[in-house]
Amino acid sequence: MNIAVCVKQTPDTETRIKLTEDQKRVDESDINFILNPYDEFAVEQAVRLKEAHGGEVTVISLGPDRVKTAIRTALAMGGDRAIHLKTEKHPDDPLVTAKALASVLKEGNYDLILLGKQAIDDDHNQIPSILGALLDIPAVTVVIKLEVDGNNLTAEREIDGGHEILKFSMPAIIGAQRGLNEPRYPSLKGIMRAKKIQIEEREVALEPEQLKVELLQYPPPKNPGKIVGDSAEAVPELLRLLHEEAKVL
Amino acid sequence: MKVLIYGEHRDGQIRKITFENITLTRSLNAPFEVVFIGADIPDAGEQLSRYGAEQVTLVKGSGLEKYSPDGYAKILAQLVQKHEADVLLMGATATGKDLAPRVSAILNAPLATDCTKVELDGDQLRLIRPMYAGKVLANVSLNSGIKIVTVRPNVYSAHENPADAEVREETVEVPDLKTVVKEIISGAKGKLDVTEADIIVSGGRGMKGPENWHLIEELAELLGAATGASRAAVDAGWRPHDEQVGQTGKTVSPTLYVAVGISGAIQHLAGMSSSKYIVAINKDPEAPIFKVADYGIVADLFEVVPKMIEELKKMKN
Ligand SMILES: Cc1cc2nc3c(=O)[nH]c(=O)nc-3n(C[C@H](O)[C@H](O)[C@H](O)COP(=O)(O)OP(=O)(O)OC[C@H]3O[C@@H](n4cnc5c(N)ncnc54)[C@H](O)[C@@H]3O)c2cc1C
Repeated sequence: MNIAVCVKQTPDTETRIKLTEDQKRVDESDINFILNPYDEFAVEQAVRLKEAHGGEVTVISLGPDRVKTAIRTALAMGGDRAIHLKTEKHPDDPLVTAKALASVLKEGNYDLILLGKQAIDDDHNQIPSILGALLDIPAVTVVIKLEVDGNNLTAEREIDGGHEILKFSMPAIIGAQRGLNEPRYPSLKGIMRAKKIQIEEREVALEPEQLKVELLQYPPPKNPGKIVGDSAEAVPELLRLLHEEAKVL
Repeated sequence: MKVLIYGEHRDGQIRKITFENITLTRSLNAPFEVVFIGADIPDAGEQLSRYGAEQVTLVKGSGLEKYSPDGYAKILAQLVQKHEADVLLMGATATGKDLAPRVSAILNAPLATDCTKVELDGDQLRLIRPMYAGKVLANVSLNSGIKIVTVRPNVYSAHENPADAEVREETVEVPDLKTVVKEIISGAKGKLDVTEADIIVSGGRGMKGPENWHLIEELAELLGAATGASRAAVDAGWRPHDEQVGQTGKTVSPTLYVAVGISGAIQHLAGMSSSKYIVAINKDPEAPIFKVADYGIVADLFEVVPKMIEELKKMKN
């Protein structure tokens, strides 16, 4: 099976986001970057499928030089090849990112393309679905279960208040959700192996962006709350406040 | 500026987000139409009239009774063009998240997802969408002919505002469907999803085990709330993953969020701190959840929650 995994490098979830003075960007100086948590599920699934069916896993990431670290993590988990699409920064507009990925994916003739369902920085939730339309192949996202039977796939995805089961065939795109698998920690051997893999670098010409981030702001600070009490005795007062002050009951 | 609202429905019911988006669009003073694909909603006209929709199109076609991501996307893209809409407005629901990016790709129109503010300034849309799970709010602009926006559920409330809805049916050619939903597995019967709920009661590691969850469920039932959980509770296998609130779970904006035995880790706060009111019940006065809570009780949840249940039952009677 010829598998591609598209990954993004994102700040660690613990990160307290600091904005630059002009509020146009996030200040990256103190950020610990990681492989996007949802992409870990995608990489894991790709490696498991390779282990079960044979084939090769190509890791693809678009972004500035620093994303190589995320690529190395994915390789250490079991990826075989890597392509780094070099850009100055991550585009604001996910459609632009997806188009650049699509052009590389088209060349690769992949049977299966795996991604995280969302990157935890921009939170767009767009790339897997966009790729489905751009490549005109099935794309199923928020997937928590995937079964492969020859060329046929059955995926279970989360929807609001339930699950959906879809059937389709390869080539296809899968957006991974937590629950799909338990990602492995890269082994020492894996890390050593990853170091020896040459990451292929490509310059990409990005299309003009139609979505632009104009300004970043911190959410308004919350007013300090009230400690209503320190025992169950406080419950009637809490309910009174919810009823009369907050008017939510 | 003409808006096309994608009407969401399930099991013959129009979903709340559709009414929220109608109310929002009315507040923008923009002309709009509501379209439903594959819907069988007997009283659509009546329901939509109540919220002030004037033009409604029910799109039919063979095989459209079941959701097909690629099929729905192609049809919706055609509708946007045929109805000459400038803006396609959808909910940032599971369906909206799945469908909107596909339409964006087909029409080469930019998409701002999960917006928490949508305003109109002349012909410019002013949009705010949270990033980094709500740690940052971004003002984004869409610079294009057609623009696509998904709105976070529960941020704009739906208001009744009667009008006379004209409901038309339109039959479309259905393209080859690459992916079709074969089966829908509903959660526990009548279970409310956290993203749709006005009130959420969430439990964390402080609940000590699944055997105590009846407390969360009973409290939720009395409040008409959905039940949520922290990742610790999900990882321990006490609760299903679709209840997880937070950066790697669901982002919610209910009117009231009750956090029971949840410490308030940054990843949890990211998913719920935009709730209108937050109540925290935790025995540790230093727990970070109290930094975002509007009301807190610092005490043993196994005493507080039963007392809440008892008092709410009294109030009901
Ligand atoms: C990549 C990543 C992603 C993550 N994503 C998420 C996410 O999406 N959502 C999420 O929730 N977490 C997430 N986490 C985990 C997060 O860091 C915390 O570990 C988790 O939220 C803790 O859950 P908790 O508050 O239930 O447990 P704890 O932090 O253990 O807190 C339990 C609380 O219960 C209180 N308590 C105990 N007993 C009682 C009692 N009898 N009465 C009253 N109070 C009591 C304690 O004082 C304590 O504050 C993520 C972590 C990582 C690394």
